[in-house]
Amino acid sequence: MKTTRRQTLQHSAAVAGLLASSGLFPQLAHAWTNAAFDAKTVAEALKAYGGGAPTESKDVTLTAPDIAENGAVVPMGVATTLPNVKHLLVLVEKNPAPLVAKFDVSDAVDANFLTRAKMGQSSDVYAVAITRDGKALFSKKEVKVTLGGCGG
Amino acid sequence: MADPMRIRAQAQGSGAVVRVLMSHEMETGQRKDAAGKTIPAWHITDVTASHNGKQVLAAEWGPAVAKNPFLQFNVKGAKAGDKIAVTWKDNKGDTRTDEVTVS
Repeated sequence: MKTTRRQTLQHSAAVAGLLASSGLFPQLAHAWTNAAFDAKTVAEALKAYGGGAPTESKDVTLTAPDIAENGAVVPMGVATTLPNVKHLLVLVEKNPAPLVAKFDVSDAVDANFLTRAKMGQSSDVYAVAITRDGKALFSKKEVKVTLGGCGG
Repeated sequence: MADPMRIRAQAQGSGAVVRVLMSHEMETGQRKDAAGKTIPAWHITDVTASHNGKQVLAAEWGPAVAKNPFLQFNVKGAKAGDKIAVTWKDNKGDTRTDEVTVS
């Protein structure tokens, strides 16, 4: 039986679909939440993870220097003592895209993470805890940067 | 394949403090090269860690995490001799896993 063009194309599409779902096409993988990392404001980024309008909270702590000498490497720590937290986020308000990192909180780790981020300019830095029922609680601090870290 | 991660896991209190230094350019996609062309974004997007084979940490990172990223976290209940493995994946599909024993 002669295979028609239509059958070949349908077969290719099916195979491509199988390959994509198997993870061989990394650019199609959705593990990375692009919407949150592309968001241009803090509020938009929080919404992408199910967080509502954020309220300040003493139970969320952000550790960051008052002055960062090198904007390319600014240490930042986020922690919370709140129960029922799903995610802990680090955001730099004035960066081209504010969301720096999101950590999933599990029972196996302390809700306490430390990393280093790039800051393009002096800006408010936010630590946000998003709870399982969609509340967003934050702590923020102004970090001054003497040498911007986004290059160019 | 990227350079190995430097991982230190030390038992502290009832758990272990894990410090990781990863080797990665973390290119933001904002920089331009000498010819004026934008250097494409190339950065770690996902980080996971496991304790004795069970996943304990999952994180998503954007390009704003610093070059050669540092990460520190505490694993509850980890004790000396346990295995901690850290894996990262970047936006080009490259991935790397390194493992240490808690000391």
